[in-house]
Amino acid sequence: MTTATEYKAGTNLEKIFSEGKFAVTGECGPPKSADGSVIAGKADMLKGFVDAVNITDNQTAVVRIASLPSAVTVQQHGLEAIMQMTCRDRNRLAMQADLLGAHTLGVHNVLCLTGDHMSFGNHPEAKGVHDLDAINLIQMLKDMRDEKKFQCGDEMDVAPKFYIGCAENPFGDPFEFRSIRLKKKILAGADFMQTQCIFNVPKFKKWMEEVRAEGLHQEIKIMAGLTPLKGVGGARYMKNFVPGMDVPDDIVERMAGVEKGPASHAEGKKLAVEMIKELAEVEGVAGVHIMAVEWEEAVPEIVEAAGLMPRPTVA
Amino acid sequence: MITAERKPLDEILALVGDKKKVLVAGCDTCVAICLTGGEKEAEILASELRIKAQQEATGAEVEHTAAIRQCEWEYLDMIADKVGEADIVVSMACGIGIQSMAEKFSPKIVVPAVNTNMLGMPQEHAVWLERCGACGDCVIGETAGICPVVRCSKSLMNGPCGGSHDGLCEVTGPEKEEIECAWALIWERLKEQGREDLMIKNRAPKKWNLSSSGGPRKMVREEAKPV
Amino acid sequence: MADADVKTPVAEGGEAAPEAAEEAPKKQVDPDFEPEIIVFACHYCAYAAADLAGSMRLQYPSNIRMIKLPCTGKLEVIHLLKAIEAGADGVYAAGCLEGECHYLKGNLWARKRVTHVKDLLAEVGIEPERVEMYNMSSAMGAKFAEVATEFTERIKALGPNPVKRAGVDAHAAAREALGGAAMPDDPAPSAATSEEGHAE
Repeated sequence: MTTATEYKAGTNLEKIFSEGKFAVTGECGPPKSADGSVIAGKADMLKGFVDAVNITDNQTAVVRIASLPSAVTVQQHGLEAIMQMTCRDRNRLAMQADLLGAHTLGVHNVLCLTGDHMSFGNHPEAKGVHDLDAINLIQMLKDMRDEKKFQCGDEMDVAPKFYIGCAENPFGDPFEFRSIRLKKKILAGADFMQTQCIFNVPKFKKWMEEVRAEGLHQEIKIMAGLTPLKGVGGARYMKNFVPGMDVPDDIVERMAGVEKGPASHAEGKKLAVEMIKELAEVEGVAGVHIMAVEWEEAVPEIVEAAGLMPRPTVA
Repeated sequence: MITAERKPLDEILALVGDKKKVLVAGCDTCVAICLTGGEKEAEILASELRIKAQQEATGAEVEHTAAIRQCEWEYLDMIADKVGEADIVVSMACGIGIQSMAEKFSPKIVVPAVNTNMLGMPQEHAVWLERCGACGDCVIGETAGICPVVRCSKSLMNGPCGGSHDGLCEVTGPEKEEIECAWALIWERLKEQGREDLMIKNRAPKKWNLSSSGGPRKMVREEAKPV
Repeated sequence: MADADVKTPVAEGGEAAPEAAEEAPKKQVDPDFEPEIIVFACHYCAYAAADLAGSMRLQYPSNIRMIKLPCTGKLEVIHLLKAIEAGADGVYAAGCLEGECHYLKGNLWARKRVTHVKDLLAEVGIEPERVEMYNMSSAMGAKFAEVATEFTERIKALGPNPVKRAGVDAHAAAREALGGAAMPDDPAPSAATSEEGHAE
């Protein structure tokens, strides 16, 4: 992978991984309006507590401020961004144009995703692009960066630098296929990976066994995803209505046993801290990705209580 | 084959407007097989339009006919007389047939009574499932005979995506019915065939220019053109 | 002999006078309105039940005009639609009890088609209740009479078919639509019984 002197993109995130330190990332969803101050506010809240923050890209097919300008705003506020890019809304021309632009604006962490289907969002009549899929996208970024080539094969003088990320769902179907899919992403050129939020830690550990058996943890930096729960409602919702989510009954029961409100918030944070500590011990887990959806203010406390402060500074 | 579904009656009535001599034209090939627009269905629609005309005292006269196949000029010759007598033709054929009628009998107004919806397969009697995307660059030799363009909701070349669960797609149909995850099916069948290597292979992006994205397509068989 | 030879007190003459129907306001229940009702009855059960009702001297409205089929499964959507188009105020199919169809599933197909015709009628703005499917065995003479009475009452309440017009014989139109599928009526056994012969 990266040597001390030759980084792929030289981002804060990449350097932290490279130095063998446990990385912490957060998530920031831009607002459904032209109010840029919302993103700035979230950046200020998370700065210093995470090494980089994901900026979502029209998440759940709902229109929000685009991830590139949001990433720029966040970085202007001193926090490194991980720009998410889906395959749903852009064709390969628009993607490459945005990627060149991202580089020129100092955004170098890019997370490649397929994208939630239009039918989930607020514009279900839109034409889904899906010119490329996530694996094509990863490959395209790698070729732009390392081969200095556009997807069509044309060469470019100045190539963009990216630290390429992807997502994976250790609990999705077909279960046995998940490590194959991760291999495909590694082959395509992914540098780091964030999982969907984990509630079933034993099942995740079993998946990591398979991953380690194939040595994949040495070929890609794996970050365990986590979402702190505010109450039993959130737990039940994710268990029953979000595809691919595995929320064990004992977690639902634990949250149900606490009164909704400050008590359940505290319990949710406590649970998150416990899980982070447990996940940090799993061999092959290089970091944790905290997705505190619309609860970004909980992140500083969680990171602190999990013993992950202060965040490392790298050259 | 090509399947179509009849438009809501209100839409058809709006297209017919105040025309007085209406001819409902069925097609006895694809749309007859999917029980939407054959002669039988044309007769039914004509009866409905007459009932409506009676109720609203529009004075419209509605007849029906059917072509063996509406997309072939020679078969359209056979119904030319009836078309000639009509003020408007309500075609129940697929989009191809409707356009052929419109072209052959131009400037006669020809309107669609159906929405052509897919290249479908009758899974069982009276149930059709979309199977082919007519993408012009077929890859199903590598995906165990399952089309990822049209059976995967995101047309992934390297699926499944993270939304696949229990062999089902994250997307449900218009009536919330389950949709199978094409890539889960592909994986299962490739396993059965002992061809897991095809799952690991990273497939290049699709050449969408070979599909209708590249503009309306044309096919010519030089060797078969009349001398 | 298909129809009851005993006429109900209200009904005099089998055909609803078209003039009366046209003069009657559409949505009000006109006590003088005599609906024209066409019944597609299967040879094995419903038509036999009708015969039985007749010989049991059970009263049922003479608004009913029968057409015999080998099986209600012979009935197509267009037959029902054309009957309505031709001005019949109400139309029903009468077949064997479910599970006892002489041709196994004909009555099940009939039910499906009747349901579909209800949807078509709804979309053209005609009350779906004007079309119905009933099941009975050949021993159920009383049921035949009951259904006939109930359905006639239903149609009376609905009023005349909105697209009824003078000079169109709905029964003849229905027979014509059926073509060879319609069976001839049984001949009347003697002149002393029914005045309401339906021989073509």
